Amino acid sequence: MLRLHYNLEKLSTGLVLGIIIAASIGGFVEIAPLFTIGETVERPADLRPQTPLELAGREIYMREGCYACHSQMVRSLADEIDRYGPYSRAGESAFDHPMLWGSKRTGPDLARVGGKYTDAWHVAHLTNPRAVVPASIMPAYPWLSEPLDTSGLGPELATMRRLGVPYTDAMIADAERDAEAQSQPDSDGAAGVKERYSEKIVVRDFDGSVARVTEMDALVAYIQSLGQLTAIAHDQPPADGE
Amino acid sequence: MSGGHRQIVDPVTGYETTGHEWNGIRELNTPFPRFVIVVLLITVVISAVMWILLPAWPTGHGYTPGLLGLTQEGEAVQGFKAIADGRASWRSRFAGDDFASLASDEAVMGMAMPAAARLFADNCAACHRVGGTGGPGFPSLADQDWLWGGDPATVAETVSVGINSTDPDTRSSQMPAFGRDGILTREQISAVADYVLALSSGKADPASAGGKIFAENCAACHGEGGRGGLGTGAPSLADDQWIYGGTRADILTTLQNGRQGVMPSWKGRLAPADIHLLALYVSRLAKAAP
Repeated sequence: MLRLHYNLEKLSTGLVLGIIIAASIGGFVEIAPLFTIGETVERPADLRPQTPLELAGREIYMREGCYACHSQMVRSLADEIDRYGPYSRAGESAFDHPMLWGSKRTGPDLARVGGKYTDAWHVAHLTNPRAVVPASIMPAYPWLSEPLDTSGLGPELATMRRLGVPYTDAMIADAERDAEAQSQPDSDGAAGVKERYSEKIVVRDFDGSVARVTEMDALVAYIQSLGQLTAIAHDQPPADGE
Repeated sequence: MSGGHRQIVDPVTGYETTGHEWNGIRELNTPFPRFVIVVLLITVVISAVMWILLPAWPTGHGYTPGLLGLTQEGEAVQGFKAIADGRASWRSRFAGDDFASLASDEAVMGMAMPAAARLFADNCAACHRVGGTGGPGFPSLADQDWLWGGDPATVAETVSVGINSTDPDTRSSQMPAFGRDGILTREQISAVADYVLALSSGKADPASAGGKIFAENCAACHGEGGRGGLGTGAPSLADDQWIYGGTRADILTTLQNGRQGVMPSWKGRLAPADIHLLALYVSRLAKAAP
């Protein structure tokens, strides 16, 4: 076999053909499974798309580079289940474009953080992490108290729809209004947000100031939605025994 | 190039040369070390065996599961079960809520409290701080002052349903926004803030203007004399403990905008045994406090 290779090395055409064949096998093995990805990734029936406010928060999450230190994926490892809860399923991220699983944890994983802490805590923590967690090394984000720019949300929802997220025409048309209404529970539009998205979405004044819709509102709304978009995210693994 | 077709063997090493020659220097064609080739062949054999034992080949809509039937998910759940089984000997004791007998069982508490400390650090310390000392807006657990009661059963209930949370059975405690919602005028708020400061230092005069406003608007929750009322979540104002700060400016802010502090409901996130464990941990924090 080695002699065969020795001879092949001296035949440039033969060697090129051999390289092409070897690389093709590698490429096929990598690429072929992607054609069945639709069957591999089961989209949960109850998965809801993110509301415009949560989507705006997601943009801020990306803008501030949160993903560089926080992952959004509980790996299927025993210790991770013990600490964070049920491991992440691919279907949970079916509407994420792009997904924000992350690959590095300087801070904790956030895939199950929605509902774990209060809005007030998140606001205090994002404004100055040391105010609530003295040992934290997370940077402070005081500028999140700026007003939220909602003007691009309609087109953004339309783009998401082209990527396969089931936003309706009404959701796209009302995106800007819904973004404001979700952080103003007493406003006229608040009922409409729940009607369009889900009874389970959180309509609350996230940042403690009803009058203004801030980037803080959006980011906290997004954080509170993590792990809350589908029930499979918090179904307990069978071994919990409770 | 010279001697292109003739294999010349180097007399010193015994290896063939490539046939290239530069000024009399020939390039050795040293064969690949046999050891490396053997190792390479062994890895090929191992991979062939693993193809049979482990999930390996895609078959269009599925894959070959392998003789061992292992999956990553199964391994993880199995491993988690092993972790849970390791704790079962003492943790199962906490599934019940006989707090008195648990608290007095030093053997089981000795095993459980380190785990409780980790649970507290992971879930509670973000707001209540390590050691439960609290901070602005988040009450201290390491003292004798309680909003809803400090015995383990009550603490367990509070942890379970939360305060002003999304749980249907949540404990509910709302301090109205007396200023923002126009319930009291600026002068009345100023007067009642002075009265609250006086309550705290024990020099309050119920007959004063602030005292009368307090009796009409605040005493329903905070009690006559501002000692707080268990069951309403209204804190005592007649001591030097403050959740949202005890300066005049802090009190004015509280009166102006109200306070609706939230504690999440934990029953969907923590198992009952974990909640009972935390309740006992918290009641110990309070006992250890001066």
